[in-house]
Amino acid sequence: MDITDIFLQLMLTADMTIRLSAVLTLACLAGLFSERAGIFDIGLEGKMLFSAFLSATVAYESGNVWLGVLAGIAGSMVFSLIHGLASITFRGNQLISGVALNFLASGLTVVVGNAWYHQGGRTPTLSGAARFHEITLPFADLLRDVPFLGPIYADVISGHKPIVYIAFAAVPLTWWILYRTRFGLRLRAVGENPESVDTAGISVVRLRFTAVMIAGVLCGIAGAYLSTSQAAGFGREMSAGRGYIALAALIFAKWRPFYALGATLLFGLLGAISNLYPNINVFGLFDIPVQFTQALPYILTVVILAGFVGKAVPPRAGGEPYVKER
Amino acid sequence: MDKMPRWADVFLVPFINLILAFVVSGLVVLAIGENPFKAIWIMISGSLGSTSGIGYTLYYATNYMFTGLAVAVAFHARLFNIGGEGQAAVAGIGTALVLLAFDWPYWWLAMPFAIIGAAVFGAAWAFIPAYLQAKRGSHIVITTIMFNFIGAALMGFLLNGILKNPDTQNAETVAFPKGAHLPTVHEVLSPLGINFAKSAPLNVSFLLALACAVGVWFLLWRTRLGYQIRAFGQSETAARYAGIDAVKITVITMLISGALAGMLSINVVMGEQGRLIKEFVEGAGFVGIAVALMGRSHPFGIVLASLLFGMLTQGGFELMWDMPAISREMVLVIQALIILFTGALDNMVRDPVERLFLRMRKRKG
Repeated sequence: MDITDIFLQLMLTADMTIRLSAVLTLACLAGLFSERAGIFDIGLEGKMLFSAFLSATVAYESGNVWLGVLAGIAGSMVFSLIHGLASITFRGNQLISGVALNFLASGLTVVVGNAWYHQGGRTPTLSGAARFHEITLPFADLLRDVPFLGPIYADVISGHKPIVYIAFAAVPLTWWILYRTRFGLRLRAVGENPESVDTAGISVVRLRFTAVMIAGVLCGIAGAYLSTSQAAGFGREMSAGRGYIALAALIFAKWRPFYALGATLLFGLLGAISNLYPNINVFGLFDIPVQFTQALPYILTVVILAGFVGKAVPPRAGGEPYVKER
Repeated sequence: MDKMPRWADVFLVPFINLILAFVVSGLVVLAIGENPFKAIWIMISGSLGSTSGIGYTLYYATNYMFTGLAVAVAFHARLFNIGGEGQAAVAGIGTALVLLAFDWPYWWLAMPFAIIGAAVFGAAWAFIPAYLQAKRGSHIVITTIMFNFIGAALMGFLLNGILKNPDTQNAETVAFPKGAHLPTVHEVLSPLGINFAKSAPLNVSFLLALACAVGVWFLLWRTRLGYQIRAFGQSETAARYAGIDAVKITVITMLISGALAGMLSINVVMGEQGRLIKEFVEGAGFVGIAVALMGRSHPFGIVLASLLFGMLTQGGFELMWDMPAISREMVLVIQALIILFTGALDNMVRDPVERLFLRMRKRKG
């Protein structure tokens, strides 16, 4: 393998990493908003799946992918609303609510999809304006011939579907909202110490609902990406555990936006490696099995959780329903 | 006493929740243009209308008793073990290793060892999350989720590697020795002159499940350890003050929970499939959560809830044949709604019911 070959392989890996990370980033930020406000959300997976289904069907029926995305976001927000009702209004168990919603999404998408399209839960293939296409960033073709940097700009940074750029733009936006706005300050406070927020005369219920709904929007976009960008249509269980990987990334990122980007890029990279190079041979000595690369995000998260490599401290009031003193 | 009567707490509220779940499920069926009452009838007759149907229903119920008990034991210590799926899968490896190690002559000889193998492997898969929760404070829900995925990867690695049957394309082991086959209900009952469908996979593991239910009841309410588990679940600080070792209780409870989840592999891997297949758990670990919630974490309630969920699973298969417009995943929707209403939205029903009882009492007094 010569140097240009290696460079090409690296470019391919980087390109795939970005494509695989985008969904994780969106879902991870969704979890971040929710958990920073004190509401655990293991229903990221279900929300994405439900959104993927609705985006695909609406995009197919209307022929307009943006309508599809809106439908996906709306569906995901309905799930968020249920999660909010269960965990905020009725002070139920947030984890159980999340489990239920994940189940509901797995079942409902296939039942309804099968009843409508008779393709075993799949939706018809999207084409033309009903799905997203690659965007070529300005000057990408012009700069392609610049050595080294040109191809990186033209093939790795440019040439992705719109939602990829939305995902990466959402990271600094989330940071700004959390750390530079009054809303963000209150949101972080309500996840750490809801009593103090309540004492200040701010509604804990409204703040938490807002956070949960924002999570719904982000999961909605993530789900729409799966069925209208990554694939051309919905397939059963197409979220394939990404919601849980995003959850793992959130812990890895210690509930911080830019760390979240780093964590999701890392997990995206692991995904790309297991896709592109299933069995890696280490110096001719032994093979690293593909299952190990696939399991690595989970293993790393357990190691982080165990506190062996820096401690991940979740928001203090996370998972606890807030009961106002009378 | 500012409380509603016990029967309302234990039966009325769960019953209303269940009805709500079924009403919403019925609406889903209605929305896809089918008759919900017809669907219910197909599910009931499909799961109870023949010995074959009953055999399948009880076979699935056996699985759910194991996983439901596993979740419930952990619930009593206020631990949410969401890892039954992974623990059962890894326990399958234990079962398979035991059964492949010897050419077992008799099932009654093989079964105790297979149970030990399953219990050890299932418990081992619960040990690390338990230890991390107890010692390092890492949230058991997240670690058990992670261990589900790691377990799935481990299964994939072993069943495509050293444990793989070289004669097939599938990720599975070679068949277990003939002698390790567990007697099915057909084989047990036919010498007595009772004819039970031969196809039904119900086997002696059902009795093991019932024994586990009694055992869990005895453990929780009749032993010192059970008392400590429940005390720890009620109040960790009080339990600590009473001299109960938090680390010890957390780890032991999760070991029991993992071992119980692992028993599922006796029913499925040893009893039904006769070899280890990669995806044999098929979501039963998660159904255990619904079963434990529905059964209020009491073994008797869990046995009843398992029967209900066994009926749902078997009835769902029948539904797929008789009403092609409704796919099998309808069962998943019903399960999800039951978890949602009984588990997460419980207060939606409980609060109004409680208020109603208080008002009635006030009027009397």
